[in-house]
Amino acid sequence: MTLTISNLQVSIGGAKILRGVDLALQPGKVHGLAGESGSGKTMTGLATLGLLPHGATTSGRVDLAGRDLLTMPVRELNQVRGKEVAMVFQDPATSLHPMLTVGRQLTEHMRHHLRLDKATARAKAFELLGKVRIPGAEAALKRYPHQFSGGMRQRIAIAVALACSPKVLIADEPTTALDVTVQAGVLRLLRSLCDDLGLAVLLVTHDLGVMSAVADEVSVMKDGLVVETGPRERVLRTPSHAYTRSLLDALPGETA
Amino acid sequence: MSRLSRRRRRLPEAWRRPLAVVGGVIALTWLIVAVAAPLLAPYDPLAQELPRLAPPGPDHWFGTDQLGRDIFSRVLYGARVSIPLTLLLVVLSVLIGGLLGACAGYFGRWVDETVMRFADLVFAFPTVILAMVVAAALGASLTNAVLAVLVVAWPSYARVTRGLVMGMREREFVLSGRLLGFSAWRSLRLDVLPNVTGPILVLATLDIGTALLLLSGLSFLGLGAKPPSPEWGAMVSSGVEVFDSWWVATFPGLAILTVVLAFNFLGDTLRDALDPRTARAIKVRAL
Repeated sequence: MTLTISNLQVSIGGAKILRGVDLALQPGKVHGLAGESGSGKTMTGLATLGLLPHGATTSGRVDLAGRDLLTMPVRELNQVRGKEVAMVFQDPATSLHPMLTVGRQLTEHMRHHLRLDKATARAKAFELLGKVRIPGAEAALKRYPHQFSGGMRQRIAIAVALACSPKVLIADEPTTALDVTVQAGVLRLLRSLCDDLGLAVLLVTHDLGVMSAVADEVSVMKDGLVVETGPRERVLRTPSHAYTRSLLDALPGETA
Repeated sequence: MSRLSRRRRRLPEAWRRPLAVVGGVIALTWLIVAVAAPLLAPYDPLAQELPRLAPPGPDHWFGTDQLGRDIFSRVLYGARVSIPLTLLLVVLSVLIGGLLGACAGYFGRWVDETVMRFADLVFAFPTVILAMVVAAALGASLTNAVLAVLVVAWPSYARVTRGLVMGMREREFVLSGRLLGFSAWRSLRLDVLPNVTGPILVLATLDIGTALLLLSGLSFLGLGAKPPSPEWGAMVSSGVEVFDSWWVATFPGLAILTVVLAFNFLGDTLRDALDPRTARAIKVRAL
């Protein structure tokens, strides 16, 4: 399933946060979205799923298999969120519910969306934890998020996001809060999930190193606009926009 | 795993402090009294057959009042009137104020404006006076006194809950719940509310004392319980008429005092137990 964002504009209280963003996500492809903080990367992710702060106005079109997510009624949107498009957040310490067991968090929305009974959902949760390589899945289901390390929590968050087999995954800085070795593991996991399940992934990051490791396509954002987009090789090797070049120059140890 | 469960089984440190124990014992005693008053009371609380205004002595521990009723028995029976009503009152104001505040904080916009302006309206009046006005307007009865206190009590819960919910709704796990397709109600119920109950529980426990004071205050002013009923506030009020017989007003007054104190101690303890961070901060400052 492809997700096409066209001319997405968001403004909050008169300030234009997004000024016409165009992005296209393809199944089985990781689309990297780079840009400095405040350039509107996260807003793009949230606006796609219609979850913006109070007082925000949006225009444009977010097309998922012929349906416009922006104009969809909330009741229908709740069926899309989590089931067709899921999201992973930056900080796994805060994106999991601190008072529910991992098992409960994994099964809650599966039972809600897929109408599974408890045992089936539990079996599926067990399988999911295996898929994101959490050892000792049976015990892990009974534990709480704070009993896991940061990298494991992020894997759990990914498992939660994938529970209802969405077609599109928006990962908002999924590795920023993790240390480098753990980062690599999570990125490999995302890549393999993308290849195996045919997920369309939007990988939001400010880290061009992360980008060059996994992304197929790269878009660069600045001030609420996508200033450059194209295949990874081309954008990172022969950047056409001055801003992309300055981002690349800012990378330590990669000065040509 | 085993170390964790063992630690949980032991009573938290906050509950082992003297004030917590005193508060717990007094509150528990009053609860038992409220349940078992008919078994414990030596006389009928309404029977007017004893010598009038007898001072405290072996026959009548707390003396008798101007109508020849045993004050000890009346104080015990009073627990059956005041304590359940106070608890009911607090539970209702938590439910009403909490629900309204949660909706205001979660949905924002016009819901927030409407609810909180009403709360401000109530806050703008002095509590006791507004409660008196409401009670007087509804007519003097214990039920109406409860309603009157309810009217003045819910806004503080609404405010606290609103603030907590507003902080919580921006948290990532709440957002991520919404992004997994939970409806607003489901998210409020499952993700937000369980994480704000602690502070509200503390406020409620601390508020039991205030609610009891207000309720007996209304009865004292003649806007609550009707005369024969052994309500503490009303008893203090009738004791004022015979000021020389100090025992008539003192013992029901002491009953109110001990209940209020006990629940304040419990509320403090609960706060320390549920929020170890502020408890530690206070301790450090005390050093």
